[in-house]
Amino acid sequence: MTPDLTKTGAAVGEPVRDGAEGFLDVRDLRIHFPTDDGLVKSVDGLSFKLEKGETLGIVGESGSGKSVTSLGIMGLHTVGQYGRNKARISGEIWLNGTELLSAPPDDVRKLRGREISMIFQDPLSALHPYYTIGQQIVEAYRIHHPVDKKTARRRAIEMLDRVGIPQPDKRVDSYPHEFSGGMRQRAMIAMSLVNNPELLIADEPTTALDVTVQAQILDLIRDLQKEFGSAVIVITHDLGVVAELADQILVMYGGRCVERGTAEKVFYEPQHPYTWGLLGSMPRIDREQTERLIPVKGTPPSLINVPSGCAFHPRCPYAGETGGRSQTERPELREVAERHLSACHLTDEQRGRIWTEEIAPKL
Amino acid sequence: MLAYLIRRLFAVVLMLMVVTLVTFGIFFLIPKMVGTDPATMYVGKQADPAAIEGIRQKMGLDDPILVQFWEFVRGIVVGRDYTSGGETTHCAAPCFGYSFRTEQAVWPILLDRIPVTLSLAAGACVLWLLGGITTGVVSALRRGTVVDRSAMGVALAGVSLPIYFTGVVALAIFHYKLEWFDATYVPIEDSFTGWLEGLVLPWVTLAFLYAAMYARLTRATMLEVLGEDYIRTARAKGLKEPVVIGKHAMRSTMTPILTILGMDLGALIGGAILTETTFNLQGLGQAAIRSIGERDLPIIVGVTLITAASVVVANLIVDLMYAVIDPRVRLA
Repeated sequence: MTPDLTKTGAAVGEPVRDGAEGFLDVRDLRIHFPTDDGLVKSVDGLSFKLEKGETLGIVGESGSGKSVTSLGIMGLHTVGQYGRNKARISGEIWLNGTELLSAPPDDVRKLRGREISMIFQDPLSALHPYYTIGQQIVEAYRIHHPVDKKTARRRAIEMLDRVGIPQPDKRVDSYPHEFSGGMRQRAMIAMSLVNNPELLIADEPTTALDVTVQAQILDLIRDLQKEFGSAVIVITHDLGVVAELADQILVMYGGRCVERGTAEKVFYEPQHPYTWGLLGSMPRIDREQTERLIPVKGTPPSLINVPSGCAFHPRCPYAGETGGRSQTERPELREVAERHLSACHLTDEQRGRIWTEEIAPKL
Repeated sequence: MLAYLIRRLFAVVLMLMVVTLVTFGIFFLIPKMVGTDPATMYVGKQADPAAIEGIRQKMGLDDPILVQFWEFVRGIVVGRDYTSGGETTHCAAPCFGYSFRTEQAVWPILLDRIPVTLSLAAGACVLWLLGGITTGVVSALRRGTVVDRSAMGVALAGVSLPIYFTGVVALAIFHYKLEWFDATYVPIEDSFTGWLEGLVLPWVTLAFLYAAMYARLTRATMLEVLGEDYIRTARAKGLKEPVVIGKHAMRSTMTPILTILGMDLGALIGGAILTETTFNLQGLGQAAIRSIGERDLPIIVGVTLITAASVVVANLIVDLMYAVIDPRVRLA
């Protein structure tokens, strides 16, 4: 009898590990939102894997599908949604041998906050203004641990202390508006780590913070990851952030992955024209100040009418060199080097030439 | 918190003073300006000039305006004596003067009517809060579905249809045709069931209008709150959806509802004129309507001041409840 690899097989009960590899395995994830203007294909065929202890950086501009992906892993697109605007999700998300998309919603809810937790971009709006920091952390803990309020409160104070909040036994009773931006994000991190999650998703964790605090928060996330051994996904449009944290980088464009590889490879030998553009538009301390940053020309693609062929072709300076394939045929991810994938029609020779002649000297 | 309370109370007293001044000004000075002598309103235009003069002295209508105002305010606070030719009439506090028509003191007339109006407002309020908020929340959660559309359709009807239409329809069906409910007011101390029965139709009629408004407000607010980041956080913690809605979303949704409730309830205590008229309830609203028709200024002033006072006090209570609900208000 051949092993049943279909999703229905997995949904019946016993975790089917046949299809899954590694700790987190996302396969061909598609998240589409029906709207009055048409179907918004926010994520359209995304796959990646992540092991415990590793950090994956997902990079891309606004609307590239980064946050939608993270909320999809959390199973938050389908909670409290009714009617015709409900998100359409397909693909597979394997976490520790369980396929989340076909699992009963209440099982996924129980994983939320305990196995998978999330740090949001703006801690002021992500914390409830009417409850104290302590109440919110205690609540997060007690959903998954049947302990009394006192024990949970001790745990909350311990976590606040761990993330570096001074006088945690006093600040536990403060409201979010009584905290500074950096403190709020620390409290948010304390709340998301209170159950020792195995997967932590940080969605733009430093975007709402000022620069001096950003570095502290990134250090904190890195330290905590070492301590708890969790897998971390950092979502950002700031390449500086992933450079700090990530082992692997996934570059998203128009809801798809255009380049994926180890941080070193993607930073030092980027293969996709969009990644070149991103790197070229990043301010660097070692660059001459007189040099101008090079923006990626044009605007992000419409996710309703995604450009034909390669979604990046209308903005790509090299789309003319592929003999029309960029305009008509969608490039698939292929291995361009060891553990390094890129979705581009340019041949290895073309890319090598453009890189050495045009891109590398400017970076 | 105490300082906040004192500040608020001070504001309430100040507000009531201003309202009293303006009301006094409008109702007692304008007749003078347009050449109507308030004294003739007590005794009639054809009366004997001596009688008019007597009233004028007794009521102090010849005194300077500020003195009159001072006497008026003093009357409300501590009571007032009217003296005319050695004969003294005491008007106990709160004294709003005497009705032009019946020459009875205003306050006892109004006092009789307050229980009717309060019963109507309180019962209707309970009904519309239950109905309106539940409908609004369900509509918001089932946004865009048949449930939402039909609820909002009914709510639109509720907002658009006037009380004197819905009230008459309710009376025609449930009172005259089906004979389910008697439609006469019975004081609660006489018979609780009679009180309930007599008020069911007015309650439902009045509550339908307000429930419709509250359902729309609740739905809009709830939809806004559901889009907030902290609701996403609550879900991300793994909270069950009823807790996310009932605890996290509901607490924020209550804030604007409370604001409107304070104003609506305050205004209703001044009398739901249309409902009281439709169902022939002898409340403050009816008193106001009748006294306007009869140009019975002291009664109008009395009702106006009671309405103003209840709006101001209701708003004070709302503000204090804000401070309980929203910790950010406590500092301000």
